[in-house]
Amino acid sequence: MKPAPFEYVIAESWDAAAALLAEHGDDAVILAGGQSLVPVMNFRLAQPAVLVDVNPVADGAYLRIDADRLRVGALTRHVRFEAPQVGGPLGALFPRVARHIAHLPIRMRGTFGGSLAHADPASEWCTLARTFDAVMVARSVRGDRRIDASDYFQAALVNDLADDEVLREIELPALGPDWACGFAEFNRRAGDFAIVQSVAAFELHDGRIVDARIGIGGAAEVPWRADTAEAVLAGAIPSASLFEEAGAAAAESVGELMTDRQASAEMRRDLVRVMVSRALEDALAAGVER
Amino acid sequence: MTVIGKSVPRLEDRALLTGMGRFAGDRNFDGQLHMRVVRSTVAHGRIVSVDTGAAAAMPGVHAVWTGADVADIPPIDLRPGSALQDLEKCRQHILVQEIVRYVGDPVAAVFADDPHRAEDAAELVWAEIEELPPVVGLMDPPGEFAPGVSTEPAVFEKGYGDVDAAFAAAAHIVECELSVGRHAGVPLETRGALAIWNDAEARLEFHAAAKIPHTNRIALAALLGLELDQLHLFEGHVGGGFGVRGEIYPDEVLVNLAAMHFRRPVKWIEDRMEHLVAANHSREQTHRIRAAVDADGLVRAIDDEFWFNQGAYARTHGATVPTVSATMLPGPYKVPAYRAKGHIRLTNVTPAGTYRGPGRYETSFVREGLLDRIAAELGLDPLDVRRVNLVAPDEMPYERPFEVGGKPIQYDSGDYPKSLQRFLDHIGYDALRRDMAARREAGEMAGAAVICFLELGGDGPFDDVRVEMAADGAVEVVTGVASVGQGAETVIAQVCAETLGIDYAGITVTHGQTDRIERGQGARASRVTVMTGNATHKAALGVRAILLETAAGLLQTAAEELEISGGTIRVAAAPEGGPSVTVADAAAETLRASSGDRIAVEETFENDRATYSFGAQMAAVSVDPRTAGVTVERFAVAYDIGRAVNPMLVEGQLVGGAVQGIGGALLEEFLYDEAGQPLSVTFADYLMPTAMEVPDVECLVLEEAPSTTNPLGLKSGGDPGITGAGAAIAAAIGEAIGRPGSVARLPVSPMRLREILTGPA
Ligand SMILES: Cc1cc2nc3c(=O)[nH]c(=O)nc-3n(C[C@H](O)[C@H](O)[C@H](O)COP(=O)(O)OP(=O)(O)OC[C@H]3O[C@@H](n4cnc5c(N)ncnc54)[C@H](O)[C@@H]3O)c2cc1C
Repeated sequence: MKPAPFEYVIAESWDAAAALLAEHGDDAVILAGGQSLVPVMNFRLAQPAVLVDVNPVADGAYLRIDADRLRVGALTRHVRFEAPQVGGPLGALFPRVARHIAHLPIRMRGTFGGSLAHADPASEWCTLARTFDAVMVARSVRGDRRIDASDYFQAALVNDLADDEVLREIELPALGPDWACGFAEFNRRAGDFAIVQSVAAFELHDGRIVDARIGIGGAAEVPWRADTAEAVLAGAIPSASLFEEAGAAAAESVGELMTDRQASAEMRRDLVRVMVSRALEDALAAGVER
Repeated sequence: MTVIGKSVPRLEDRALLTGMGRFAGDRNFDGQLHMRVVRSTVAHGRIVSVDTGAAAAMPGVHAVWTGADVADIPPIDLRPGSALQDLEKCRQHILVQEIVRYVGDPVAAVFADDPHRAEDAAELVWAEIEELPPVVGLMDPPGEFAPGVSTEPAVFEKGYGDVDAAFAAAAHIVECELSVGRHAGVPLETRGALAIWNDAEARLEFHAAAKIPHTNRIALAALLGLELDQLHLFEGHVGGGFGVRGEIYPDEVLVNLAAMHFRRPVKWIEDRMEHLVAANHSREQTHRIRAAVDADGLVRAIDDEFWFNQGAYARTHGATVPTVSATMLPGPYKVPAYRAKGHIRLTNVTPAGTYRGPGRYETSFVREGLLDRIAAELGLDPLDVRRVNLVAPDEMPYERPFEVGGKPIQYDSGDYPKSLQRFLDHIGYDALRRDMAARREAGEMAGAAVICFLELGGDGPFDDVRVEMAADGAVEVVTGVASVGQGAETVIAQVCAETLGIDYAGITVTHGQTDRIERGQGARASRVTVMTGNATHKAALGVRAILLETAAGLLQTAAEELEISGGTIRVAAAPEGGPSVTVADAAAETLRASSGDRIAVEETFENDRATYSFGAQMAAVSVDPRTAGVTVERFAVAYDIGRAVNPMLVEGQLVGGAVQGIGGALLEEFLYDEAGQPLSVTFADYLMPTAMEVPDVECLVLEEAPSTTNPLGLKSGGDPGITGAGAAIAAAIGEAIGRPGSVARLPVSPMRLREILTGPA
């Protein structure tokens, strides 16, 4: 369980990383926290010729509110999200999501950008990014390219980044104070990748939902935004039965459900229904607390 | 002063906690080669060719072996007495000779000067294998597995009484099919071995041996064509045994053979992926069982037929697991007539061996599941069904008229109903059941259940111990057992200290070194405290007699009038401050007179009877009806160990066992696809329980019924935590979902539980 031989190079800036990727083409891969890459290298499922270590990149790890955008540096470690970093409903959601990612030692190393680059179907950050229509900012020798979440996730472990692009920043909307955000997931052990998870959020005006976001992870090959379920919520007053209805609509909306020995497609559909309604309950509870 | 019965700190801990542990990976010899095994990636196939050229040409590679290089080494033997019918025909070669039979079967071995290079080179070994259809189904109709070997190499029956008559006269017949999934002990330290040819002594040395060094010495010497005195085994620290670690597998033989052949030290450390396909699996069996029952739930007879998945080869344990399954199924209950027919099946998956609580974990689940069905079908309280069937105290010693090794099974002692009642009181059973019923009333799925089990251990036939005392009073106990982390040193030191009247903390316990004592039985079958404890007691009594005789001369008193305590020998009847001599002075005087350098007494304790003890477990669970996820809210174990040498260590065993048992009940399973490809090859898909999934395990260590099989009254304690855990979890889930007896298969994954929840009531 040792990786095949590889060359190891260090990048101290995103431009340097982009230049190295341009030089080595698809022989090179980025090493961020290494929490997904190193295991697959140890299993020899991945045998990259060149590792470009971006950990030394200056100012690669940050969370910044910049006008109405929340900017996350790709190298921000998962653990950082466990403590409040920024205000607002999204800032309040981060710690509740982050603690579901693996275990503390893994969260100490793994990065936000690494999760998005790895694009596991059950990654919490990927689901969150899809839910809020994040924009991925990729750097190459050609400059920056902005990729919408709806285009970014292409299949399980496949994203829209070109071989010579490095993900340097993720942009999220800085949600206003009337938003309430929630999260729920189901797995067999604490720290395991979820079988199904949901990020849900809604904006309340005078007790009515005026806007809603529902994202689902783990159910299909890519994180999914359930717009039909969002439509169920629009204009309605939050209630348990409304959330159930939204859950049912979400379950209907997911196209090709995955099936494996943890859960059949049918079981996943049921879980989507439950996780969406629970994420909405969680949002409501969080909203009330504020 | 007495130290038996006290929860004194472990002698082992200083080394382990200060980083002085010497595990397989910590050992190195100059000039060592590293071995990497190339394993079959297909479940069944004929080797057309193995191309080692590219690997052999890699820098740092010393040699690459294939089956042809080791063709003269016989396949690995089953342990004496464990073979059955055609099982011997299914032994495994250390490298495949022609046909690969499971994913993981060793095809080649690479030896290089560095472990990374060995692994790189192993990647380049190219085995061309013509695939053959694999056998994967345990319950498939029998067919040919290998030329002249059936997929069912052995079928056996165990039983007594008139089963047919009991069924003919039965008021009720209850039947069901129950299965336990494939899982195993997965020690945190993977296997490892280090062998060196010692030229000066003209002998082979196998370091990082484990579990049964003396037994393995005999077997390995035979395999390697060595005289016994040309081979010695040395145990190191062991990061978990559980029955899995310390057996002879192809890998360990290869390391020793290579060290002999190359005259260079050879080291091998298995990685986790290898471990999960190469080390013994266990447990997988399916039972079709029926019971003839009276209206009050009294079981008149049990008729069981079961299928055991041995995997692709018979390994060292032979037929041990299915045999113990058959004889231990009746457990702590009377069952006046009984028949079990066991089918040992071969399939193209990793071979099976023992895992902590072998045969008992599985059959406790089956038996208790049957009792839950009986209770459900007859409308009885599940605990009442257990109570009417328990062996009564006035029936002790209770004979189960099986012939096992020519002798009937005899339960030595116990008051099972009383032990059960103490447990119920301890856990607050009535309140718990009321509470759970109220929660169910309120719409929750929550339930608690208590199950009973029977444990055996303390296995003979003998143990040798030599107690040595130096002129300064320092004591070394030399044994032929091993330590798998259970606290063997502490317990043996406690017994020795108690007998000699000295401090246990100053005693050195030596184990697992074949050059220090001629024979040994190792650490298997929950035997160490019982067997080695009694042997230590015997040998220490010998040393004590010598010391007292010397002291008698010094103190001018008859030896019988002396006592030893706190390291001082004094006249028992004399007041404090009377004449005395220290143990060290008595030792020095003895040795001066005899001009020896150590007082040494070696004794053998022999015993042909196992100890049997009662235990009970309670699980309280809640089920999320919408996800089919299970939360274990409480878990408790009661166990009558007869006499606890160190209650803290007993609790440690109970807790550790319970955690593993919960793993097997809810999480752990080796799964395969139709092509025989293993699906559980990393810790991401072989799910071990963590602290987050397991509640604090509540322990009740009982000392109701000391064993009558040995002078110290000791009973086994290594396995009971695990034995009933599958049964308890399954029963509690049945209660929680309002369908007692409905869990027919372990582990209870959410997908399986969902099937039960959505299935017909
Ligand atoms: C036991 C275990 C449990 C886990 N459980 C979870 C879980 O529950 N939820 C979850 O979301 N994750 C889980 N993970 C994965 C973990 O969160 C990883 O940290 C994450 O998926 C990858 O981040 P990383 O920084 O470690 O990336 P790496 O492992 O370094 O890289 C992953 C991949 O992304 C590429 N990459 C990384 N950064 C960039 C970049 N900036 N630009 C372009 N490409 C890049 C790499 O080339 C590689 O292909 C688990 C991991 C382990 C070991």
